[in-house]
Amino acid sequence: MYGLAILLFFNFVGVLLHEWARIPLPGSVLGLILFAAGLFSGLIKLQWVESTSHLLLRHMLLFFAPVVVGAMALSGILRQQWPSITLALTGSLLIGMLITGWTASALMRGRDDQP
Amino acid sequence: MINPDVFRNPLFGVSVTVIAYALASAVHRRFHWAHALLLTCGGIVALLLAGGIPYESYKVGGDLIAFFLGPATVALAVPLYKQWRRIRSHAGAVLTSVAAGSIGGLASAGLLVWLAGGSRLILLSMMPKSVTTPISIELSRELGGSPELTAVLTVLAGLLGSVIGPATLRRLGVRRDLAIGLAMGTSSHGIGTARVIRESELQGGASGLAMALAGIFTSLWLVPVYWWLGAHAGQM
Repeated sequence: MYGLAILLFFNFVGVLLHEWARIPLPGSVLGLILFAAGLFSGLIKLQWVESTSHLLLRHMLLFFAPVVVGAMALSGILRQQWPSITLALTGSLLIGMLITGWTASALMRGRDDQP
Repeated sequence: MINPDVFRNPLFGVSVTVIAYALASAVHRRFHWAHALLLTCGGIVALLLAGGIPYESYKVGGDLIAFFLGPATVALAVPLYKQWRRIRSHAGAVLTSVAAGSIGGLASAGLLVWLAGGSRLILLSMMPKSVTTPISIELSRELGGSPELTAVLTVLAGLLGSVIGPATLRRLGVRRDLAIGLAMGTSSHGIGTARVIRESELQGGASGLAMALAGIFTSLWLVPVYWWLGAHAGQM
């Protein structure tokens, strides 16, 4: 419970920061950045949050399920122009993914000390 | 006859989602090619259609499950922290590849819609689709796209990436955990991250970092696009 309390606290601080300081990143991503700062500074001990985080992250796909069901339910708005949408969605996904993966692999080549 | 109001009880949406996910996870353990999220959602949609249950009723409970996306996203700092020494030694590769991948993703999205003869609204709604939903809908609104359309496209991009991403990357020569994680986070945000974190802590940590970085880079890359759209406002 300790871990969940800490995660919810940072989530809420992130949401507050997004609302008040008008930082153009979502509250959960701001919470992630602040929580990372807490871990790296040693303010938050890893053992306080490790088991809760592990549980939440192992089942993160579950939390996305209602969002994906929503997208499927609303996907009627894609009906017009679906050929161009399908082409662009698939094509640009592969392009963005492969550019990142190939660039990272190329820049890490020859340094077999790390994965 | 069952009173349809019973489906508006949050217990319906919550239990349907958890049961579908538990069954899908069991199937995934037996047949590794079966994608847990795709199965879960396919099952829920089939049930709603078969029972004539409106999506709005399901959403009452579904929202309670989706609530946990907030603390789960915050929790992505843990794998990042634990794998930091391995990630930091490749800081240059991390920043360069995410910057390049996010510009490639948004430029190719715009270009492909244009080549396929899609409308301006679709083009503007498609461009920010690689980043996490709260950022993509905001960027879409500022560009003059449709935030609803962008929300759907963002989720579908995440789902598609999480289904075909890791296998495609491996087949095309991207084999290091760090590179796979970065590619998934940059192109498929949280849904891609949720997929790879089940397999490797390093992939998950890198993917969560790439998701946050891609949100920042994409917001920056779109600034010149606003200027260009502003300058050409009357002509398109």
